[in-house]
Amino acid sequence: MFNLKRQLLSGPYLLWMVGFILMPVVMILYYAFTTTSGHFTLLNITSIFASIHMKSLFLSLKLALACTAICLALSYPLAMILNNMKQRSQGFIVFIFILPMWMNFMLRILAWKLLLSNNGVINMVLEAIGLPGLDVLNTPSAVVFCMVYDFLPFMILPIYNAMSRIQQDIIEAARDLGAGTATIFFKIIVPLTMPGVISGIIMVFVPALTSFAISDLLGGGKVLLIGNVIEQAFMQEYNWNLGSGLSLVLMVFVIASMALMSSKGEKGGASVW
Amino acid sequence: MVKKSVERIYLSLIFLFLYLPIAVLIILSFNNSKTKVQWGGFTLKWYKNLFSTSSIMEAFWTTILISLASALIATLLGTLAALGIDAMKKRNQAIMVGATNIPLLNADIVTGLSMMLLFVRFTRLGIGTVLIAHITFNIPYVILNVLPKLKQSSRTAYEAALDLGATPMYAFFKIVWPQISPGVFSGFLMAMTMSLDDFSVTYFTKGAGINTLSTMIYTEMRKGIRPEMYALSTILFLLAFVLLLFMNFGPSAHKDKNGT
Repeated sequence: MFNLKRQLLSGPYLLWMVGFILMPVVMILYYAFTTTSGHFTLLNITSIFASIHMKSLFLSLKLALACTAICLALSYPLAMILNNMKQRSQGFIVFIFILPMWMNFMLRILAWKLLLSNNGVINMVLEAIGLPGLDVLNTPSAVVFCMVYDFLPFMILPIYNAMSRIQQDIIEAARDLGAGTATIFFKIIVPLTMPGVISGIIMVFVPALTSFAISDLLGGGKVLLIGNVIEQAFMQEYNWNLGSGLSLVLMVFVIASMALMSSKGEKGGASVW
Repeated sequence: MVKKSVERIYLSLIFLFLYLPIAVLIILSFNNSKTKVQWGGFTLKWYKNLFSTSSIMEAFWTTILISLASALIATLLGTLAALGIDAMKKRNQAIMVGATNIPLLNADIVTGLSMMLLFVRFTRLGIGTVLIAHITFNIPYVILNVLPKLKQSSRTAYEAALDLGATPMYAFFKIVWPQISPGVFSGFLMAMTMSLDDFSVTYFTKGAGINTLSTMIYTEMRKGIRPEMYALSTILFLLAFVLLLFMNFGPSAHKDKNGT
């Protein structure tokens, strides 16, 4: 009796969930599978195969992969260095590397735009030391730079957390048994940090794949990611059916990549024990 | 020795990468010239102007209002939900947690758009719809912070209190609440952070006429940024710095090591 009464506490949330989590999904499904006049169609979904949409999808995948790879390459050594520091200074230094995450997302994009623009800071420095200026604003590289900047902390944190959980005893035991630095790294540190790496990859790859604001603001209209195509379908062409169809495809991509990664993660985690 | 200095250099490079953009914003907030990167002397006038620029201040207060209100309501709904879910059978729990994860896993753009599709059927877009959207994506953070605390908390103490004649309310606040309150608190903070930082969901659900800071900066970046924005961003950065410093190293920092 008590149990049932307590379950009722989740009633308001259940209503909220049906109204604002499930209903919106139903709406997207409805629009995705109908024409403007309300007839059933698959054209909104299959339009992903149109060459311009394919091109944006591939560009999105390419940039998101590049961003994830760079974030991983930067974060892993960083997490190791942070983890090896003296306990007392560690807290503060980790804090320093997390702080920029608390800057508003849009402000961080703005800051990068100021750095990269043709008469921006980076070019002024390059000019001052006599090097030719960079012309990266409005290119895919600018978008990747900014994505890395925006999402880097999402990679640093889980890897660092996984690394700080490794017990020093295990490493010392391995060393006593004659393992070298390389063996320790590949046989102990890498496998034990795998769950952190996986969640870092997911936390960077998904927003990078689906973002539209960064490419919109730093791509100068020339870098069309799948997010931009969807946003334009809704806000400029008012073609909600097409936009919903493409959103559905994007959703499938996100879910598929997450399922792929987390299945790898479980295997990676299990192989240790 | 060599290894140590390589490590130092690496740390400094990443540090530079992270802070150079922020430093540029801060420097520009004191720059007397209106063009982007020409240094025109030191000034505080953008800070003075900031507080009399009503559109920016309005966006600022809208942002604060939405994130506070959405985090509060999400904390209330989410904590109640977690209490309920905790009492359910294993299978129902799995279903509830699964559905709760949808807004977390979904791309922001899809969450925002799908809610917009729903809202425009029934109402006009405005501050109310933004609030509903923010509450929706905030609830999961609360539930996922509170539920583990409930699982760790001991059930027997609560039942003992009831057996000894405590009312359920009294027993809850004396026994359950102290055990879950760190989770509730960190859920609230996380929800507020997410809401403060959000752009995509707000962008699609706000309609014309209202702006949060994110959406305002977005529009301004296309037609030209007012220098007052740099002043505001410097203030926001300092606020985040102090707040985070306090949370990490303040008096209550050690109580909540597991929650965050």
